[in-house]
Amino acid sequence: MRPMNSIIQEVRSEAPLVRTFRLDKQLDPAPGQYVMVWIRGVDEVPMSFSSPDTITVQSVGEATRALFNLGAGSSIGLRGPFGNGFVLRGKNILLVGGGVGTAPLAFLGEQARGAGINVTSLVGFCSSQDIIFQDRFEALGDLVITTDDGCVGIKGHVAEGLKEFDLTEFSQIYLCGPEVMMWDIISRTREHAGKIQACISRYFKCATGVCGSCCLDPEGVRVCVEGPVFMADRLIESEFGRYKRGPDGSKGQCRG
Amino acid sequence: MLSLTVHAGGLTLRNPVMLAAGILGTTGASLRRAALAGAGGVVTKSLGSVPREGHPGPTIVQVDCGLLNAMGLPNPSYKKFQEEIDIAKTGGVPVVASIFGSSAEEFAGIARGLDADAFELNLSCPHAEKYGSELGRYPDLVEAVTGAVKAAANAPVWVKLTPNTADIVELGLAAQRGGADAVVAINTLKAMAIDIETGYPILGNRFGGLSGPAIKPVAVRSVYDLALRLDIPVIGVGGVTSWEDAVEMIMAGAWAVQVGTALKKGYGIFEEITLGLTRYLERKSMTLEDIRGMAGRH
Repeated sequence: MRPMNSIIQEVRSEAPLVRTFRLDKQLDPAPGQYVMVWIRGVDEVPMSFSSPDTITVQSVGEATRALFNLGAGSSIGLRGPFGNGFVLRGKNILLVGGGVGTAPLAFLGEQARGAGINVTSLVGFCSSQDIIFQDRFEALGDLVITTDDGCVGIKGHVAEGLKEFDLTEFSQIYLCGPEVMMWDIISRTREHAGKIQACISRYFKCATGVCGSCCLDPEGVRVCVEGPVFMADRLIESEFGRYKRGPDGSKGQCRG
Repeated sequence: MLSLTVHAGGLTLRNPVMLAAGILGTTGASLRRAALAGAGGVVTKSLGSVPREGHPGPTIVQVDCGLLNAMGLPNPSYKKFQEEIDIAKTGGVPVVASIFGSSAEEFAGIARGLDADAFELNLSCPHAEKYGSELGRYPDLVEAVTGAVKAAANAPVWVKLTPNTADIVELGLAAQRGGADAVVAINTLKAMAIDIETGYPILGNRFGGLSGPAIKPVAVRSVYDLALRLDIPVIGVGGVTSWEDAVEMIMAGAWAVQVGTALKKGYGIFEEITLGLTRYLERKSMTLEDIRGMAGRH
């Protein structure tokens, strides 16, 4: 598809470097799906939905900085929604998120609640000022927060919060956040990998499954069309958590 | 049992349906996956002498009749790619390294530094300054680059030609004079799309190359003309999406075809085309040799 024009309806600041953009298009996305956002004259980047008509963005580079310069009434181009989103399974689910990666999980949790599913959340942030969507997660059910500096909730990484739960109780666990955080969770909960759905990121260029820039070793799985949500047991033997490729295709560290 | 095996351009292919350059060729794993899915051979993403991130997005626009792209030759440099080629080779089919440079010396240097089953010279990318068709539209440069790589490489050399020229046969003859083992036709057609809401060119690079069904008739004509005039094999690429397209391309004179944009449908495309091709040949009681270049004999 060609990019469709979309007028930004509202911009909300969630944290110092995180903003939510409400779009005028109803794209009917599933939580975990993404949209390619074209900031004209700058670049096109993939973004996860934080609700049916919002994307929540962390400013990390040239394209997101340019997006942050746009306010209500500005227009962007959209392609999507693309990829495979989360699939709800069972009646008692756990959401595990880190930073801006909590955005698709808040969306998923609200959909799950609407379907009568019991939702528990474990979300982690660097510090108190980085916390986003606390009200949304509180409205879903039980909530445990971690902060790296201990300002709020449990001190430490998200994995520290795992101790609060008996993972056998959950029918499905949904994971999204920085790769090191997700890998930390997956590697500590290997016995549950068959019921963990993780929403991951790779460098997307085409978003149509042809260019190959997002392929995961060793199977060559195309994250842009076969993901971005994968069962964790499929990630355990992959490059995930070890390295990721950059725009030129060379391997780099997988932080962030 | 009908054989689809082809000996062309210095390679033996178990079937004539290859993965085209630039498609799912960034990693050894995705190349191997194409091989395991049934490709007769695979071509890497084009490799240069230094890392390139490629053009800013959008790098792809889907148009009604195909795909418009301006990736901008992103690659980690050939030096970092040998390990990916080695992984790709475990797929069990020939791995062709697509390479690009801005001079005959640069091409030759890359070919000298890489171990691949063959080289495909990208003298045809339409959207990268100083590379691709900026050299490849001049017959004398095509001949010089081909000759330099032939002298440097210890593997067959294929030359991928641009259709953005008045006479593609001139370019093919130049490649042949340079010693090419085969020519590959065609690369994308230079093209553009504009966002009518704002007037912005959609591609980050403003213009790019058109691939897919829209260019198939152009590719068929190019292959036909080249096959009639050249002594070396022609590999047909451009809009091949079905076994019928493959048959048409072979009837135009292609020894093998390459599939690119159609990978949008998934890796199953290789088996789909080879199976359809096999059934067709069985129904007609003919071989690949029988139909190759048939259009030129009528």
